[in-house]
Amino acid sequence: MNQTWLTVLRRDLLLALRRRSDIATTLFFFVIVSSLFPLGIGPEPAVLSSIAPGVLWVAALLAGMISLSRLFAADSADGSLEQMLLAPQPLAWLVSAKIFAHWLVCGLPVVLLAPLIGLQYAMPNDALWVLVYSLLLGTPTLSLIGAIGAALTLGVRGSGLLVALLVLPLYIPTLIFGAGAVAASAHGMSAEAHLSLLAAVSLLSLVLAPLATAAALRISVE
Amino acid sequence: MHMNWFKYSSPQTFYPLAGKMIPWFFWAASLLCAVGLYVSFAIAPTDFQQGEAYRIIFVHVPAAWMSMFIYLVMAGWAAMGLALNARLSAMMAQALAPTGAMFTLLALVTGSLWGKPMWGTWWVWDARLTSELILLFLYLGFMALQSSIDDPRRADRAGALLALVGVVNVPIIYFSVKWWNTLHQGSSINMGVAPKMAATMLLGMLLMALAFWMYSVAVALMRVRCIMLERERSSDWVQSLSAKGSK
Amino acid sequence: MLIAQGLACVRGDRLLFKDLGFVLEAGSLLYVLGENGSGKSSLLRMLCGLLTPEQGEILWAGKSIKNHAELYLPNLKYLGHLNGLKDDLTALENLQMGARIAGQDVTATAALAALTAIGIARCANLPVRVLSQGQKRRVALAALWLSRSPLWILDEPFAALDVAATEVLAARISEHLAAGGMTILTSHQDVPIQAKSTVTLSLSA
Repeated sequence: MNQTWLTVLRRDLLLALRRRSDIATTLFFFVIVSSLFPLGIGPEPAVLSSIAPGVLWVAALLAGMISLSRLFAADSADGSLEQMLLAPQPLAWLVSAKIFAHWLVCGLPVVLLAPLIGLQYAMPNDALWVLVYSLLLGTPTLSLIGAIGAALTLGVRGSGLLVALLVLPLYIPTLIFGAGAVAASAHGMSAEAHLSLLAAVSLLSLVLAPLATAAALRISVE
Repeated sequence: MHMNWFKYSSPQTFYPLAGKMIPWFFWAASLLCAVGLYVSFAIAPTDFQQGEAYRIIFVHVPAAWMSMFIYLVMAGWAAMGLALNARLSAMMAQALAPTGAMFTLLALVTGSLWGKPMWGTWWVWDARLTSELILLFLYLGFMALQSSIDDPRRADRAGALLALVGVVNVPIIYFSVKWWNTLHQGSSINMGVAPKMAATMLLGMLLMALAFWMYSVAVALMRVRCIMLERERSSDWVQSLSAKGSK
Repeated sequence: MLIAQGLACVRGDRLLFKDLGFVLEAGSLLYVLGENGSGKSSLLRMLCGLLTPEQGEILWAGKSIKNHAELYLPNLKYLGHLNGLKDDLTALENLQMGARIAGQDVTATAALAALTAIGIARCANLPVRVLSQGQKRRVALAALWLSRSPLWILDEPFAALDVAATEVLAARISEHLAAGGMTILTSHQDVPIQAKSTVTLSLSA
């Protein structure tokens, strides 16, 4: 059972490695979006550090979202999705490997880069750590929920915009708890409550999202 | 009492039945609306704090109730359609969505109209208004997804799944928005629970909610009839219906 | 044994077929014939469980494939119009990973042997992206030399193949049938395949 899961993971990582520009696109997007805000708002450190949690979280969320359409589109076009649907393993299980690969490729680099951008926003050190924690807890949820949207819009006209419309409202709790954690710590308060709520949302989506995604994929091949 | 409910779950038997029911629901809606508006505008007392402007809650609160209630009903139909593979359930879900979105929009517009005299601005990020806004996005997403998939069967099932995902998320979203709102010390006036809720005020709201309910049923039935004709245009019963109509 | 009863298929507004049924026993071949758009591919996808029939049911070993997918899928090898190959992986990697996802551990030697059997061993380490249509098809078909599933469902397996490859594939299918396997296929060419019994199913558009 783990063998198949690992194969799906390894295949997706290998493919990402051979198409390195995809990883770079997500990262560049994150960096550019978060660099636009100081240019639009002004360089006062006090203002920047107060908007930083929200801005960095929204930028991470959008960066994860633009890469969603690629999650299943190629598999669907070349027929490997059909083969995965016919694999003896439960589809939701295989799907979770794909989502994990997507997070490793598109989510993790953003998490690692975020504190650097945070420095540009004059964020205090403690808040930088909380930023990393919260993104580490929250970005997998974004990939998990995003996968449902990607599967629902597979092969649909204008799927890129549609996926945003479907997925962004569902991202709101993660955004509120994630950005809230960073903001709390920047104000010298404990981020614990936010982080536990964030973890709860992550756990819930970890259980439910692969099932919903699998169901959506089955619908999409009909 | 034993009735064959499945008989009514097929479009060709449901179509004429719905046609007969629509006028009744419309009449009930108009009557309830007339009485409700009379109670809310003529009988309910003027609020000593908010003056006459508060009377908009007689539209706002029932609209907000309906917007959430319709989403639940829609998800219920969707789940049934998905589980039983029933055509009619999926059509009902599809027919309800625009009405739900309309009530959400109504709740948002009346909310902001109410906000102007109360808070001096058209929009405040209070928990209730923000949740309504997100609910509107959920409705729009559902409708956009359904309309962008060509195959009706796939559209039904994808929409149903989205509605179910949405319904799991709605309480979480609602909770998170409330939490966010209390942390950021937003507006302290709680809309909907007026300072001293007089019995007549509650009656007005209930009457309006019932009127909206009847209206929703009537409109959903009308819409489901249209969807049926469109979906089953090549079937015998629609053909014979249109033959009868053109005579 | 695969049994189909009273199958009906609707695509969009159109009824493609109804009341379709057959029994496929060990060692037999089912030929599905019909013009373009007559529902051959839909029927094949239905038999895999990818498409839910409008009416009727499909039984494997007496159990519905819809409710007992976990019993059915390990016995199935499906090859559709799409090859299911990743352009950025080599032929060998594609074959090995594909087999592993289908729940079968395959060594590089075995995978190479399969590629040799269908005559494209020299492309083993090339990314599939650079191969021609016929070569890609052959990489996908090489999976049949690795498959241990008793039921093969093949959609146009001979399309884009040259004469030599067609013969090799026909021989492989005959061998599979002789060993007690079952095959369902669609084809525009008339390819001789030896089978204990051959059933032909014609779909009319």
